[in-house]
Amino acid sequence: MSKQLRILVPVKRVIDYAIKPRINKAGTGVEKAGVKFSMNPFDDIAVEEAVRIKEKHKNLVEKIHAVSIGPAKAQDILRTALAKGADTCTLVDAKEAELEPLAVAKILKKVVEKQNANLVILGKQSIDDDCNNTGQMLAGLLKWPQATNAAKVVIDEANLRATVTREIDGGEETISAPLPMVITTDLRLNSPRYATLPNLMKAKKKPMEKLTLSDFSDVDTAPRLEVVKVEEPPARSAGIKVASVDELIAKLKDAKAI
Amino acid sequence: MFKSSLQAHKRIAFACHRRAASFSFLPSLKIRVTVNAANSFHHAYSTKPLPKLTAESYPNVTRSSSFKELSPEDMKFFRSVLSEQEILSSTNEEDLAFFNEDWMRKYRGQSKLVLRPKTVEQISKILKYCNENKLAVVPQGGNTGLVGGSIPVFDEIVLSLTQLNKIRDFDPVSGILKCDAGVILENADAFLAEHGYIFPLDLGAKGSCHVGGVVATNAGGLRLLRYGSLHGTVLGLEVVLPNGEIMDSMHSLRKDNTGYDLKQLFIGSEGTIGVVTGVSILTPPRPKAFNVSFLGVESFDAVQKVFVRAKQELSEILSAFEFMDLNSQKLTKLHLKEAIHPLEEEYPFYILIETSGSNKEHDDAKLEAFLEKTMEEGLVLDGVVAQDETELRNLWQWREMVPESSQAGGGVYKYDVSLPLKDLYSLVEAANQRLEEKGLLSPDDASKPVISAVGYGHVGDGNLHLNVAVREYTKDVENALEPFVYEFVSSKSGSISAEHGLGFQKKNYIGYSKSEQEIKMIKDLKSHYDPNSILNPYKYV
Repeated sequence: MSKQLRILVPVKRVIDYAIKPRINKAGTGVEKAGVKFSMNPFDDIAVEEAVRIKEKHKNLVEKIHAVSIGPAKAQDILRTALAKGADTCTLVDAKEAELEPLAVAKILKKVVEKQNANLVILGKQSIDDDCNNTGQMLAGLLKWPQATNAAKVVIDEANLRATVTREIDGGEETISAPLPMVITTDLRLNSPRYATLPNLMKAKKKPMEKLTLSDFSDVDTAPRLEVVKVEEPPARSAGIKVASVDELIAKLKDAKAI
Repeated sequence: MFKSSLQAHKRIAFACHRRAASFSFLPSLKIRVTVNAANSFHHAYSTKPLPKLTAESYPNVTRSSSFKELSPEDMKFFRSVLSEQEILSSTNEEDLAFFNEDWMRKYRGQSKLVLRPKTVEQISKILKYCNENKLAVVPQGGNTGLVGGSIPVFDEIVLSLTQLNKIRDFDPVSGILKCDAGVILENADAFLAEHGYIFPLDLGAKGSCHVGGVVATNAGGLRLLRYGSLHGTVLGLEVVLPNGEIMDSMHSLRKDNTGYDLKQLFIGSEGTIGVVTGVSILTPPRPKAFNVSFLGVESFDAVQKVFVRAKQELSEILSAFEFMDLNSQKLTKLHLKEAIHPLEEEYPFYILIETSGSNKEHDDAKLEAFLEKTMEEGLVLDGVVAQDETELRNLWQWREMVPESSQAGGGVYKYDVSLPLKDLYSLVEAANQRLEEKGLLSPDDASKPVISAVGYGHVGDGNLHLNVAVREYTKDVENALEPFVYEFVSSKSGSISAEHGLGFQKKNYIGYSKSEQEIKMIKDLKSHYDPNSILNPYKYV
């Protein structure tokens, strides 16, 4: 059997999730200067899943291609993806522009076509804007089946189908569809590996295609939304200690909590 | 919401295991784990039986008859100085248990009274009264000590600094921090982080231990390699002497060459000649970029070679160089259960390197070049580099969780020694051989008391931690190890306590590290400042 599966993994550079974002002085967004960035954790899981599929189906997967749309520094997370097992990658340098999910999905569609990919695995959402749109929009644009919030992915090599267990409210749902398709990842899918030294070194030699937004001039990337204001949630008031269960119940009643 | 659920998902295992640690990146858990250290401690261990009373385990140590027993009059006095909330007395043993036990569950005292004053003046009045009435007192910080120094042996009054916990002053130009002794180390560091500074000391117990406690015990920790010891960074102290007098040297001068440097006397005095109540300390700017790499090597010889290379090539950005042996990682794997070990294959030794600096690109390039070279030369067999904050913290867990993992099987005998680098690991080998010869050791056979003897530590400081993980504390094991370990260290001209101090555990072994003349001078000082020996008795010398 010839190698028929070409996996595309879109990854986003976001403020590291262990870091508490701060709102900028103008109140228009979060402060980005001097803040640590890393790969969106859901995308890290997507990379890991792609690599695991490749390891399990050696004769099926031709290559894993990672793509990131963002500032030039998104190279760092592409290198990480390469070190963790992606074969090639594309950086779409958007400079300082912040693209909305629809624009991202349209660019990704072009990348899918160029790479001739037939399986896209990406995070269900990025932790900066929490949109949870891109995967669904991309599937719509491509007219491909989609399986969102994946907790388990099984590839049927013979029939080129994927069976995906999804996280849904109150349980799981298992669906199956023929490739090509779009899968978005949820937390339980896997635990990403560390990037090992030998692989980090090899990653430096793997090819990185560099494009800019002008290479996608037919895609309208202008924002459709306007950010009116960004503010901190109200601070929680301090808790109190109570001496007895009776007092606790009295307080809860006062607060109309029970 | 998604962020916190993601964090919780990955980190909850660690948070639950780690005693009373506060994780600033885990807001939902922070409240639960930090509000009441006593409760979380007892919750975690409630299924295990109480540790033996120290007085029963060590029958040759007897209560000194010169100390008075607590009377109703004494209580009346304490109530006149302290509010009800500041006094914990024997009506509820549960409440006192936390203050009577050490976290290794090796020692248990019988104190009936815990005082938690909120001001220095109260502490002065308490000590003056106790000194005049010959009531023995144990000063206690976060109670994270490893040599039984912070808990009573008999019925000593516990003087807890927990409620003396305010930041007093910070100068953002000089970086000098002044704070109360009872400020939790992690809180002090979080405060400094907001101003772009860092506490010059870091250790595994940072979520519980106090600034005053680390000074009183001269703790070393993970950043000593970079920022030096507290003897250098502490600029001044406020100390209450046993007679109630207050020594105040809380100035913020980096240079002061007038007279004896008295504060040095209290750094590492373990609460035997005074109670540290305030600390003035010089803090360095917080590095903007941290990198952590976790490596596997084939021998302790290779650990040393990599260390030399790291010093040469990483030089000013090298901030930690820690080593761990295979057995320590095996224990940690058992303890952390589902967490993935950074390296797929097993190696005889592991190294954790941390770099910190002001420019990420510069640090990355340096670390990368260093790792590439050491790997090409075959010194480093495998390794990983953290790609984000979570990975960075997870890599540190494999070093920081070793102490806790060592005691998870029942108990742990801890030896913290300084040795010349070339002999550093030989102590672990010697201890393993001895325990095996005596038929005390087996990783699998539950009838043997010892699970494993593991070694890890700060290569940069020549500091080895030998942890003997046991299923239970027994005299057989203790007799096999002591004074064997101390004799071994002494024969190599090492120190029997590199950073944990003497406390109760090593009181009788100070002679292996200090000369007769030195011990005499220490005793002279003790009897001069504490003539009634009311402070932290039965310990130190």
